[in-house]
Amino acid sequence: MIAQDAQSPQWAKKKFLHDAKVHVQDTGHRTFVQKALGGYFLSRDAQKARYRDWEQARDAASLAKWSAVNRLDELLPLFVANFEANGGQVHWARDAEEARRIILDLVREAKAKAIIKSKCMTSEEIHLNAALEKDGYGVIESDLGEFIQQLRGEPPYHFVFPCMHVRREEISELFGKFLGTPPTNSPEELTMIARRHMRQLYVDADVGITGANFLVAETGQISITENEGNARLTAALPRVHISLSGIEKVVEHLDDLAVLLPMLATAGAGQQMTCYNTLYSGPRRDGECDGPDEMHLVLLDNSRTAILADPEQRDSLHCIRCGACLNVCPIFKNVGGFTYGTTYQGPIGSVITPHLRGLSDWNHLSAASSLCGACSDVCPVRIDIHHHLLHNRRNAARTVPNRWEKFGHQIFVIVASRPWLFAAGGAIFRHTLGMLKRLPVPLLRDWLATRALPAAPRKSFRQQWRQAGKDSL
Amino acid sequence: MKAAVDTIAAGGMSARDTILLRVREALRLPAPMPHFKSLVPSGGSDIPSPHAGGSSSAGHAGLAILPLDVARPWLPDGGDTPESQLAILANNLEKLRAQMHRVADLSAAADFVLSLARTRDWHRVAYHGHALVEPLLAGVPCATYRVDGADAFDKSALEHCDAGITACDAIVAQTGSILVSSATSGGRALSILPHVHIVVATLDQIVSTLGDALHAAKHRGAGRMPSMLSFITGPSRTGDIERILVLGAHGPKELILILVG
Repeated sequence: MIAQDAQSPQWAKKKFLHDAKVHVQDTGHRTFVQKALGGYFLSRDAQKARYRDWEQARDAASLAKWSAVNRLDELLPLFVANFEANGGQVHWARDAEEARRIILDLVREAKAKAIIKSKCMTSEEIHLNAALEKDGYGVIESDLGEFIQQLRGEPPYHFVFPCMHVRREEISELFGKFLGTPPTNSPEELTMIARRHMRQLYVDADVGITGANFLVAETGQISITENEGNARLTAALPRVHISLSGIEKVVEHLDDLAVLLPMLATAGAGQQMTCYNTLYSGPRRDGECDGPDEMHLVLLDNSRTAILADPEQRDSLHCIRCGACLNVCPIFKNVGGFTYGTTYQGPIGSVITPHLRGLSDWNHLSAASSLCGACSDVCPVRIDIHHHLLHNRRNAARTVPNRWEKFGHQIFVIVASRPWLFAAGGAIFRHTLGMLKRLPVPLLRDWLATRALPAAPRKSFRQQWRQAGKDSL
Repeated sequence: MKAAVDTIAAGGMSARDTILLRVREALRLPAPMPHFKSLVPSGGSDIPSPHAGGSSSAGHAGLAILPLDVARPWLPDGGDTPESQLAILANNLEKLRAQMHRVADLSAAADFVLSLARTRDWHRVAYHGHALVEPLLAGVPCATYRVDGADAFDKSALEHCDAGITACDAIVAQTGSILVSSATSGGRALSILPHVHIVVATLDQIVSTLGDALHAAKHRGAGRMPSMLSFITGPSRTGDIERILVLGAHGPKELILILVG
């Protein structure tokens, strides 16, 4: 991923178009992902039905995030003061490079021999594992999905379901190759293999790295949501706990979690509550029998303040990374997670990636949308996702105007403002529509390759209108 | 504007000051309120923009109670009476595949733990010092390990235990969650590392909603919360392989709640 950043300016777009083409034609992959999501839709709907008013609950969740993000100037320092008062240490990172350096320094100071890590998309964003490994530190991803992806040498396919594209046979083969276990076809047995493999690693690790889902300003606690218990173990057994979080994860009140935690679970995985929702406020206290001696929190900006500076799209910082928008997106379900080439896939990734990594290289993601609005409909914090894709298109057109598009519009204006020319153009078009496919225009040919043109009507609209007028008289 | 911030930043500003300056600069332009379908602000007045009147905290007092009081009737029901709460809890725990066992008193609870230890042939059971927990260990026919005993905590010893027995802070009917903390449940590892987690609680520890449990935790902590508070909702689970549910990913495979009273 880091290497790719240095490639030609259009590499991201070319990669997207190429991979999309490959994946769209791979019906096996598509059917597999659809089937995996089938159970999610059922359980999500069952859990949503338990809310006495899901739509109003979305308002409450949205308001909790809106009021926190719009007062970040006040709540971020409040959170930090309370977190430090609890004995935690805060480190500020302007960008990915600074965050990597801070964490490497902490790991070095801790004289770490073994590092265990629980799922953290922000660490994917800053390519932390590669940096740790480059400096000679072994790091184990403990979340089952992330562990599988680590062994496969792939980034997560979906930021909530990292290996949802992988078949059990492939996992069995993978475990056989790396852990020497016998082949099995049972998801349960495969899970137990990972469980047995990981237990001693938790005990041996001296540094545990986690993410954070929420930072509670009024109490100075960080909240971590997970199902497997690996984050709990990661924050319990190693001597040093390092947590990495974006600055936008602040909420003001502990009460806010009474809305946000169940909604994250329902929207994200179709659960009433994720299995473990844990609040940490610093290292082990006097009188507590276990827990880390040190707790560090790395607060990352990495262009989040650029999104904050755009009032129109500021609400994209409300995102609680539930992944609901990916699961309903017709584009995601067709092109798959890897095609995006981003840390955050799907609709929300298409909105924020141009801000995080540059609009000129990533604007093509704004077009990876049918604008159906399914993403905005399911977002538990009411982010106006599909309109933001349009905003990005508009902003891109302002900063990097597409000359051909402009030229096309100018021609259209000339034609459309002259009725005789419009009629003449229409007549030519009606007679040549069938030949369009054969024209040697590459863009047109690509577009028409997967589309059937309608048959041209014999008469123009204006002819038909005149005809209808005569008939009705 | 960003350029201006970065110019100042180049002059040796700390990362903290740079980020906070960027945040302040960014928020100079107010963002519109999201389009709510239904919001009922407290007091019936419109909620002003956070930057109305210049002060960034202006007009926000009403939001403080929003999730707990205003959102309560929209969220899943947690029950209003002890009977309804118990019924909702039992239903939730069953769906979560956690086990609930009701007993009359602590000696009946001890009998239950004894029978578990016998039938499952446990070799070592971990626990912590607590008035509800210690009586349950009285007759167990196997070794025990107290995590908060006189000796320093030994994670390898705990890893070798078959089960961990803890007390809890509260039980949430609404979601079937059990709130444990590093203060009342024997630290951080006891409720997550052993293969079986047994929680012993009294009936009056059941609360209706998550909001109630969080509220109580905040007041109990009185400015100094335990270093860890965790809502446990069923046994550890994963769906990472083909989205198929498997219990016992890394945490306990079984969660057994013993309700006394």
